[in-house]
Amino acid sequence: MSEKHASHPEAEGIIASTVTQAALTQDRSIDLSVDLAGVVLKNPVVVASGTFGFGREYGQFFDLSELGGICCKGLTLHPREGNPPPRIAETPMGMLNSVGLQNPGVDAFIAEELPFLRQHDVKIIANISGNTPEEYGVMCEKLSEAGVDMIEVNISCPNVKAGGLAYGTRPDLAAEVTREAKKHARVPVMVKLSPNVTDITEIAKAAADAGADALSLINTLRGMRIDVNTRRPILKMNTGGLSGPAVLPVAVRMVWEVANAVKLPILGMGGVSKGEDAAQLMLAGASAVAVGTALFADPRAPLKVRDGLAEIAAKQGLGAVRELTGGVRPW
Amino acid sequence: MPIQQICTVVSMERLDASTWWMVLEAGKMVERYGLRGGQFLHIKCGDGQLLRRPISVSITGQDEPEDLVTLIFEVRGEGTEWLSQRKIGDKLDVIGPLGNGFDVSKEGRYLLVGGGIGVPPLMEYGECLQWPHTAVLGFRTKDKAFPAIVSRFKEHCEETYLCTDDGTLGRHGFVDSQVREILVKENNFIAILACGPRPMLKSVAKVAAEFGVPCQVSMEERMACGVGACLGCAIQMKDGTMKHVCKDGPVFNAGEVDWDV
Ligand SMILES: Cc1cc2nc3c(=O)[nH]c(=O)nc-3n(C[C@H](O)[C@H](O)[C@H](O)COP(=O)(O)OP(=O)(O)OC[C@H]3O[C@@H](n4cnc5c(N)ncnc54)[C@H](O)[C@@H]3O)c2cc1C
Ligand SMILES: Cc1cc2nc3c(=O)[nH]c(=O)nc-3n(C[C@H](O)[C@H](O)[C@H](O)COP(=O)(O)O)c2cc1C
Ligand code: FES
Repeated sequence: MSEKHASHPEAEGIIASTVTQAALTQDRSIDLSVDLAGVVLKNPVVVASGTFGFGREYGQFFDLSELGGICCKGLTLHPREGNPPPRIAETPMGMLNSVGLQNPGVDAFIAEELPFLRQHDVKIIANISGNTPEEYGVMCEKLSEAGVDMIEVNISCPNVKAGGLAYGTRPDLAAEVTREAKKHARVPVMVKLSPNVTDITEIAKAAADAGADALSLINTLRGMRIDVNTRRPILKMNTGGLSGPAVLPVAVRMVWEVANAVKLPILGMGGVSKGEDAAQLMLAGASAVAVGTALFADPRAPLKVRDGLAEIAAKQGLGAVRELTGGVRPW
Repeated sequence: MPIQQICTVVSMERLDASTWWMVLEAGKMVERYGLRGGQFLHIKCGDGQLLRRPISVSITGQDEPEDLVTLIFEVRGEGTEWLSQRKIGDKLDVIGPLGNGFDVSKEGRYLLVGGGIGVPPLMEYGECLQWPHTAVLGFRTKDKAFPAIVSRFKEHCEETYLCTDDGTLGRHGFVDSQVREILVKENNFIAILACGPRPMLKSVAKVAAEFGVPCQVSMEERMACGVGACLGCAIQMKDGTMKHVCKDGPVFNAGEVDWDV
């Protein structure tokens, strides 16, 4: 092998495919593990549903075992082709999407994707959407049987005309779906809340009272972008879900409100792209955080968030990152 | 397999007010990762743009100390504007190789059909294709038919036909009428490779189907991840399914694409 080939990849400008430079120098004395409703994550960084597929693509850029958990692309009982394109529009420090729950269906996930994910030392969180409460129940049965670590119940996807939005915006429907999921699941159930409501704590309380083990928030905020020349919305569906750095302050506020209203552990997300963003969500009350849209700019964003969190904890003299949770000192 | 690579700008040439010819040093992306023309790179265009911008690869070359990659792009908005302001020595954060490129594995005669900014992604095929090939290149007007690009086809193709929308150079009209004329005379092509705006691809696909010539088209769609994870870059197929430009494409069999949506 020539000298060139033997050199360290960083020296040639390749951003190394395994451990980050920061991780190598990271203070190993800080305990990064967190507990999310009995599911122990080795670090608090999870990847957000719909932004990471089933792990294969970003698994080319880093070892999936570096993550605390993986929320898989939203599953439905039957395969779905999703919405017509265009599905993506960039916005100031954010983006809109109207993918519309395109997925191969829960059975194909179990047969073809889960075995691959299971080769890695990482918690697998299946994300599900149903047209009826019964569908949620059937999916919970199948996924518990297949051995996922946790189920995230999406009651908030704003893209699907049937169901989606309604469950997440009405406490009685949110409670009904949560009860049905709990009845059939043999792993912890986390209910994912929509930010497109007047008072998110009402829905949070309804899900908690119905037996949810954890809550995750926020899903995308409904938005719209118009091409002024053609006077057409960029998205074929006209509106879509806003994500990315633009939504971080909304996420922090909502996590804080929910943490004050219910006792459940929270997976916080929305616009996280660095350690400080994640620390804000944890201080507001989240036990763990998910990184989504930031991946599109930088495939290694989740690892940077993890290392950034560790650095913040170290600077503040904490022994464990979990000590940040709920630590905000409101005026 | 794609990698994230820091590339260095080694040459930056302006072809006209809005078109740039950029050459990057791209590590060993060509030699080791197999980057080739017709694939694309997903480029971070400064901190002001959240999403990366996909740009097709025009020419690749294994080189020392690093492989060289030519990108030719048009300024459309803020991302490409930022890209056009790069200077020699600047670094770019790039993901690639992405996408498939054209399939030229079969022996036979090929017909390359490019339109506008869709011509450069065919350059490497024009220059290096090992099988005999003819090119049909369409431009809006004479000034857009950059000699630096057109000459590469002229040197290596059996024949290079030029068309302009306004008749200022070559044939007055669109590429599909030229393609039709060629196929009427000699229908012995094993495949058509086409890159350009969607309406052009649609009309070329129609002619190809009429004459029973297999046609590969390079498609565009708005992208987020660029690697197949977000399902953002969907295009509709005739059979009602969705495929993704970044992962299944950008090159598709024209017969599979639903042109009527
Ligand atoms: C596979 C592929 C290969 C491409 N190759 C080339 C090339 O070789 N040369 C070239 O000049 N252009 C190419 N394009 C188009 C180029 O990506 C867009 O012109 C560019 O993204 C516009 O970004 P902007 O910020 O300048 O414009 P803006 O209009 O500000 O972009 C806003 C958003 O729309 C997206 N967008 C706008 N137009 C397009 C488009 N046509 N396709 C995809 N996304 C778009 C952008 O990515 C961005 O997210 C290619 C596109 C694709 C999908
Ligand atoms: C392209 C895309 C697809 C998404 N798909 C899903 C989905 O299938 N199920 C779900 O619960 N959330 C989905 N989301 C929402 C994210 O999981 C997350 O809640 C949201 O994007 C906010 O986080 P972020 O700003 O870090 O991306 C999707 C988001 C994006 C950008
Ligand atoms: S851009 Fe994300 S799947 Fe193609």
